[in-house]
Amino acid sequence: MSAAEELYEVTLVVNGVPRSATVPARRLLSDFLRHDLELTGTHVGCEHGVCGACTVLVDGRPIRSCLQFAVTVDGAEVTTVEGCTRPDGELGPVQQAFRDCHGLQCGFCTPGFVTTITAYLEENPAPTAEEAREAIAGNLCRCTGYQNIVASVLRAAELRAEEP
Amino acid sequence: MTTRSFGEPIARLEDPRLLTGRGRFLDDIGHRALAAAFVRSPHAHARIADIDVTDAVDVEGLVAIFTHDDLDGRAGEPLPLLIPHEALTHGRTGYALAKDEVNHVGEPIVMVVATDRYVAEDVCARIRVDYEFLPPVVGIEAAREAELLVHDDVPGNVAAHMVQQNGDVEAALAAAPHVLELDLDIERSASTPLEGRGVHARWDPDDASLRVYTSTQASTSVRAALAARLELPLDRVEVVAPDVGGGFGVKIVHPWPEEVLVPWAAIRLGREVKWTEDRREHFVGATHERGQLQHVEVGFDDDGRLLGLDVTVWHDNGAYTPYGIIVPIITTTQLLGPYKPGAYRAEFFSLYTNTVTVTPYRGAGRPQGCFAMERTMDAIAAHLGLDRTVVRERNFIRPDEMPYDHGLIFQDGRPLVYDSGDYPATLDKLKKLIGWDEFEAFRAEARAAGRRVGIGIACYVEGTGVGPYEGGWVKVETDGTVVAATGLTTQGQGHRTVFAQVVASELGVPVDRVVVTTGDTRRFGYAVGTFASRAAVMSGNALASAARKVREKALRVAGEALEADPRDLEIVDGVVRVTGSPAGAPGASIPLATVAVLANPLRYAFDREAERATQFGGPVDFSKPPVAEGDSPGLEDTGFYSPPRSTFANGMHAAIVETDPDTAEISILRYCVVHDCGTLINPRIVEGQIHGGVAQGVGGALYERMVYDDAGQLLNASFMDFLMPYATEVPVIETDHLETPSPLNPLGIKGAGEAGVIPGSAVLASAISDAEGFAVTRMPISPSDLFSLRLARESR
Repeated sequence: MSAAEELYEVTLVVNGVPRSATVPARRLLSDFLRHDLELTGTHVGCEHGVCGACTVLVDGRPIRSCLQFAVTVDGAEVTTVEGCTRPDGELGPVQQAFRDCHGLQCGFCTPGFVTTITAYLEENPAPTAEEAREAIAGNLCRCTGYQNIVASVLRAAELRAEEP
Repeated sequence: MTTRSFGEPIARLEDPRLLTGRGRFLDDIGHRALAAAFVRSPHAHARIADIDVTDAVDVEGLVAIFTHDDLDGRAGEPLPLLIPHEALTHGRTGYALAKDEVNHVGEPIVMVVATDRYVAEDVCARIRVDYEFLPPVVGIEAAREAELLVHDDVPGNVAAHMVQQNGDVEAALAAAPHVLELDLDIERSASTPLEGRGVHARWDPDDASLRVYTSTQASTSVRAALAARLELPLDRVEVVAPDVGGGFGVKIVHPWPEEVLVPWAAIRLGREVKWTEDRREHFVGATHERGQLQHVEVGFDDDGRLLGLDVTVWHDNGAYTPYGIIVPIITTTQLLGPYKPGAYRAEFFSLYTNTVTVTPYRGAGRPQGCFAMERTMDAIAAHLGLDRTVVRERNFIRPDEMPYDHGLIFQDGRPLVYDSGDYPATLDKLKKLIGWDEFEAFRAEARAAGRRVGIGIACYVEGTGVGPYEGGWVKVETDGTVVAATGLTTQGQGHRTVFAQVVASELGVPVDRVVVTTGDTRRFGYAVGTFASRAAVMSGNALASAARKVREKALRVAGEALEADPRDLEIVDGVVRVTGSPAGAPGASIPLATVAVLANPLRYAFDREAERATQFGGPVDFSKPPVAEGDSPGLEDTGFYSPPRSTFANGMHAAIVETDPDTAEISILRYCVVHDCGTLINPRIVEGQIHGGVAQGVGGALYERMVYDDAGQLLNASFMDFLMPYATEVPVIETDHLETPSPLNPLGIKGAGEAGVIPGSAVLASAISDAEGFAVTRMPISPSDLFSLRLARESR
């Protein structure tokens, strides 16, 4: 019998809630979130960091969760698409903007866009259309042709600005 | 207030779930399932000499290793050839696990089941397969030359040879004042949905039933195929398409090897088993499309009118033909577009190569056909010195010539007859939208600034809504919720919204009261699938029919309760009322929810509402049985729609490009679309479909190709190297619509799903040719390709 893998307890604060699981060192953050914590909103589209569907915020910064081991971010604060809602569970501004602008079709890449745009608008709350397109240019979508996602970025900026 | 949402650009009902991470895609279910992984062939063509698992069996967490020898009964037979055709004389399909020979890189050879995917892949890495190498056939030229064979028993590598003809082409060409010949080349691309394939299977040994979740475009047919292959009674097999992360054609293929093996293993092991495809597997283990060589010979008069058109296509079908020869049939019938070709002859050879199998990808042979026809139109215009739109207009089928019979047989096995369309009006709108007549001024201005620009146009007609049929089921629940189901699947088209719009409008209820289920054989067992831009046409009309029957029954039951003639009743906002009566008028109305209660005579009251339907619950006509003869309990019904033939949508695209005189970089400055898919159910969703299609068209024209080396290795099998467009590669898309209703179906709708992608390569080749001053005949075209073309011309 080959030796059993050594396991590590990993604790993350996910969407404000401390969550722990015991996993091997090679467990990817994406798999940790999806299969150990069963937060399946984060999707995996390529497993090599190109498509951006697995983007989550680690301590507020967007990262590709398929390129990180869970153990390397032990103790971090993680925001996933499930955490981009309002406190009452209603759609958050980026999510609402996607609905308003038909910014999604199959919805598989969408969580990565929502997290990416959430982080981007923190940095640049009032982007131009050109900046909005540039902001999403690291994420792949096969359904929408991006036009309505660009519109969603602009709409999300409006919705955020309207908030008290 | 109106409850009619049909035709309105309402926001999608499925979005809140998908936006908050509550979607359920294949890999989101079955967290405790065993995981499968596959040893796939690293060679394009080889015999399997030996499979050695000695080093693998000790891995902790391993549950099972299966090879072809383990596949008992029909599971070990070749996979089905889904669409047989008499011209497909040498159809071949693979096995679920390779038996003796592999014919492309990526073909599955060994299945490993383990406690998780990491372990399963550890095991795969320790399994040694010995191969005897065979020389591979790579590329259409090599397949055509046939010095080497893919399958020993398929001479010339020819799976199928087919000729369709209408008129005497040889005579027409011989008599034509002008004849041109074109040689054209389109490379491979692929559907490449963001979610790959995946299968989850659960066997219940207690009632001997199987439930399979699969990321498919055809759950009812997967069910039938699995029941047959696993030798189970159909009613013991359920197949559910959960949320599907894009399909674009590839997921219409079934049963995939993995789709047979995962349920087979689940039964054999008595455990839940799941397989989620990774990206590299998708590139080498799913399917591709597009690759064709074409030869066109066209005869025309001095005005550019077609007299004869002779087209030969060499179609690369890859290693196997599980989906038959649908793609080249579509190419050779749909390339005619909006034109009258004069005498027409189309011949194709469908050829085997040792590469990934070819099956439909959005557009399904039409982009290649459109490329052939539109390159031909541009060539005629260039030859005669005519405006490209003028040549096209002169060859259009006129609106008063509809229905127009091309005298050919389409992909559905039925006559190629266009039902409706106004091509001159479409062209007119497009010319205005892009500013066709003002372009020369812009070109001169750009030229003066040292810039090189060009404008292009391409037209297409798309057969949509192909049969044989779809069905729909509609039921009003006793709380007033309307539940509806159709068997075909959904993978991003917004079916839950558009079908809810159809049902809500037919029935007279608010759209948010309608809950639609698709692709779940537990809810609706009869269906064909989602492909060929058919879902809205087929299931839309089927659900409309079911909803109309439910409405009729609701009026009848309400009429009895209100003591009114059903003909005097209407349903508004979920309330049946005497037509025109004010809301809340006593005795003049009854909620649909209550009608649903009354429609189901009960003995037992399970809640307060149900009390009204029990035997002592109200006045009863003792002369009649509680359920009338020929009637059935409940406010529900089923409808089917089966069209005599396909309905034909059309559209035209124009693009303005800029090519860098030094670097040959190609930029799209403007991209305009005029589109006619008949009556629109939801304009916003149709527009989204067009946007997505255009992005794929741009990808296919400028970026995407499958790069095979001579050994049959796919060199760019990752998103790092296969250049799928990002937001920065897709232009802003300007759209305009015409709505020419289809006379073939009650809702007047035509399909819209594939439209956007069809003219992509054609319109960009047209624009680049216009910018460069020479004809582009091979797509996709990269800056390097364009640079080489320039060098080749300069050195001539």
